[in-house]
Amino acid sequence: MSQTKKPVEEIDRVAIRFAGDSGDGMQLTGTKFTESTALAGNDLATFPDFPAEIRAPAGSLAGVSGFQVHFASEDIRTPADHPDVLVAMNPAALRTNLPDLRPGGMVIVNTDAFTTKNIAQAGYEEDPLPAARDSHRLVEIPLTSLNREALKDLKLGARETDRCKNFFALGIMFWLYNRPAESTERWLGGKFKGDVLEANLRVLKAGHAYGETTELFPVSFVVPRAKIQPGTYRNITGNTALAWGIVAAGQQLEQPIFLGAYPITPASDILHELARYRHFGIKTFQAEDEIAAACSAIGASFAGHLGICTTSGPGFILKQEALGLAVMTELPVVVVDVQRAGPSTGMPTKTEQADLLAAVYGRNSDSPIPVLAPSTPGDCFHTMIEAFQIAVRYMTPVVVLSDGYLANSSEPWLIPDVGALPRQTVDYATDPETFQPYSRDPETLARPWAVPGTPGLEHRLTGIESEDVTGNVSYIAENHEKMVALRSEKIARIANDLPPIETNGSASGELLVVGWGGTCGALTAAVNEARESGQDVSSIHIRHLNPFPSNLGDVLGSFKQVLVAELNQGQLWRMLRAEYLVPAESLAKVEGQPFKISEVRARIDQMLGGGAH
Amino acid sequence: MAAQAATPLKAKDFVSDQDVRWCPGCGDYSILKNVQRVMPDIGVPKEDVVFVSGIGCSSRFPLYMDTYGFHTIHGRAPAFATGIKAARPELSVWVVTGDGDGLSIGGNHLMHVLRRNLDVQILLFNNRVYGLTKGQYSPTSRVGMNTKSTPQGSIDHPIDPVSFALGAGATFVARAIDVDGPHLQEMLKRASAHPGTALIEILQNCPVYNDDEWVEVQERKSRAKTALVLEDGEPLVWGGPGERRGIAITDGVPSIIALGDDEDPTSKGVAVHDESHQSPSYAFALASLARPDFPVPIGVFRAVEKPSYERMLQDQVDAASVKAGPGDLHALLNSGDTWTVEA
Repeated sequence: MSQTKKPVEEIDRVAIRFAGDSGDGMQLTGTKFTESTALAGNDLATFPDFPAEIRAPAGSLAGVSGFQVHFASEDIRTPADHPDVLVAMNPAALRTNLPDLRPGGMVIVNTDAFTTKNIAQAGYEEDPLPAARDSHRLVEIPLTSLNREALKDLKLGARETDRCKNFFALGIMFWLYNRPAESTERWLGGKFKGDVLEANLRVLKAGHAYGETTELFPVSFVVPRAKIQPGTYRNITGNTALAWGIVAAGQQLEQPIFLGAYPITPASDILHELARYRHFGIKTFQAEDEIAAACSAIGASFAGHLGICTTSGPGFILKQEALGLAVMTELPVVVVDVQRAGPSTGMPTKTEQADLLAAVYGRNSDSPIPVLAPSTPGDCFHTMIEAFQIAVRYMTPVVVLSDGYLANSSEPWLIPDVGALPRQTVDYATDPETFQPYSRDPETLARPWAVPGTPGLEHRLTGIESEDVTGNVSYIAENHEKMVALRSEKIARIANDLPPIETNGSASGELLVVGWGGTCGALTAAVNEARESGQDVSSIHIRHLNPFPSNLGDVLGSFKQVLVAELNQGQLWRMLRAEYLVPAESLAKVEGQPFKISEVRARIDQMLGGGAH
Repeated sequence: MAAQAATPLKAKDFVSDQDVRWCPGCGDYSILKNVQRVMPDIGVPKEDVVFVSGIGCSSRFPLYMDTYGFHTIHGRAPAFATGIKAARPELSVWVVTGDGDGLSIGGNHLMHVLRRNLDVQILLFNNRVYGLTKGQYSPTSRVGMNTKSTPQGSIDHPIDPVSFALGAGATFVARAIDVDGPHLQEMLKRASAHPGTALIEILQNCPVYNDDEWVEVQERKSRAKTALVLEDGEPLVWGGPGERRGIAITDGVPSIIALGDDEDPTSKGVAVHDESHQSPSYAFALASLARPDFPVPIGVFRAVEKPSYERMLQDQVDAASVKAGPGDLHALLNSGDTWTVEA
């Protein structure tokens, strides 16, 4: 597409939110805009926010689906607290999203959707556009009719025609921010054919041309390429990175992967992704329920494969008994919990970090399991390789706590050099002369992995307490106490392999902000902003939640105040207070939404005695 | 099926060094002995044999077999077995379960392993009572059964394991008796040879909590009158001289036909057993036969072939590798849209 002849204004960053009905294709529109933005070389962060219902009634508040993308010529870590631009496809989208917009921000509305009926359905008593003209920079575009006009000579039904209007809007936004359309055109070419392909390509161009000619937009904008670490990048969501991390673990450990999974939001995409990689030797099994998913993965581990299951909160809880068996039989299996807002069904498409205590303590009896949490979408990849390394080295189940925000949001990802990824060899037991099912490696306390098919190593594993060394059923009191202690000590020794936790900021000082998991972007951004404004605040982000890194107690003790920020009612906060006796405070948020930078900064200000900025 | 053993094994090669801890007189002893005896005949090297179980008296079984074994959690043995067999199709995988483990807490998994037709053998010990929890009624207990949890008699309608398996689309369903060694061994061999899920209901006595539940068919003297031995291609006839009878099946409803000692059963309308009948409704009709009105059928109810789950899964893996070539991680990570930031 030709460059606009209107003036182009250079800006550092902008956050855009696309909002409309669940059926309006807002997630797709946002994703395509993001891909184009990634290719334009900006740093970016996205936040898809959508309802659990597949199609709530058209025009209703419950059916509004949003996708926010924040992109910049500098390093950014969050999708931004407040969008600068809102694209609202109907009155309901305007009503639910306008309060988030920064004061005076731009609102682009589809005026055709502002019918009396739709306005009433959104709960407005009167047409909201006049008020919006006063409060914001309102750009009123009859998207539906412009889209119909562009497609009038194609043999498409009214429904099919109207379904293209999101790409008309996308065309406008491509023009407004000078984004290349080629990646979207390529994608359309692979996805559609015939009139539907033609229609989408046509409205994309028509939208672009409309932006160029309309008097509604006097200027377009450009966000220059970000100055980031050299290398080859791609855009990636947490769920894709996590699935690819599982593929990579199989390659790096040279072991076949077996995934047992049951569909559950927001983890199902991992199953979908892995089901495409049979040529990597990956076997995916859609089990009859969450329990069978865990049991099948443990069975595969018993048989010598890398067993894994991926789930979310309600499913994670159903797997706990099976995980207890994996603790008892000391088999390497990885369970991924893509946490969502709970309890019970909760809010399946909304994020939360409230399964931490369930992961660390959630089984009957003393049954320790190592727990890891990735901190960014791209980090999900590396976390999975590490999880399998720990599982195999220590012969233990491992839990990985992702979350709904990491799962669906995306960022530019420096594609790792495969040759530089960690490798690990897996040694099965083979010698019948020395084999004992519960003998232990003196360093790690891991028992040997003896897999069926190995002559002379026939043995039985059981969830009944087993005798030290022999693995025979044992009800002897002293043996039970010894085995409980051995299982705990084995997990505690994982800390010997962990790198010391690094502090963002100073090694000591007034205030330390502690976080874990998917909140890393918001917490780090808030702390960095506060430091730039002169506040004595540093942060750590804990990846290893069980066991903790060995230096964690010293780090916590080096600050006068500690603030533990997390999307639950204070679960890590409790753990740290119990483990290290630090008088930490808790910043807890349970709205199903990620932290805003401003929320964290407000608490930092409060703890540092009232606002240095 | 797994590979054949290089050197002939004996029953004692399959005996583990653990003390067997079932109650004296338990039917499980006989089943264990017969499984250990038949394993050399089946001929799979013992390192390729895996016994998987859940929880309950029967589920202790793998601990006593000197093969690979996994005594897991209540009701879930079919799910563990699915992971084992799907990962390693070359292994010979046996699931041992009971009426409580397999049909109550584990009913869901049993249904799904059967419909998927995973190539495993499932031995379901049916004693119609919970033994390990000390005597509560089970999903196969008869209505009215007086137990600790049903002091006024059970009001649960029981389920028949054979009908359950047929309903789930099982490709091989058989029934055997704990103390009838030769027949049980024959059923075990047939199950092992079947390329799909093979379920054997084994009528098993619990001498402590439900003694003599199956006594009519267990005792050799009465068995001829109470058990109908199913043999493929043979008419459904039972009873000794002077008491010979046959089963006719009309519109799916079985009825008894009295036969003279020398009378041709088929000419009197007695059905001829067909394991591979095109419709499972024939096997359902057989499964509905029960004491006291009918004899208890023993043998193979149904044996048909369908592709097994692990085979089709492995075929997909193999086909994908041929089509796409071996997985290339670098290519995967760099697939789709990428961009390069210069130094």
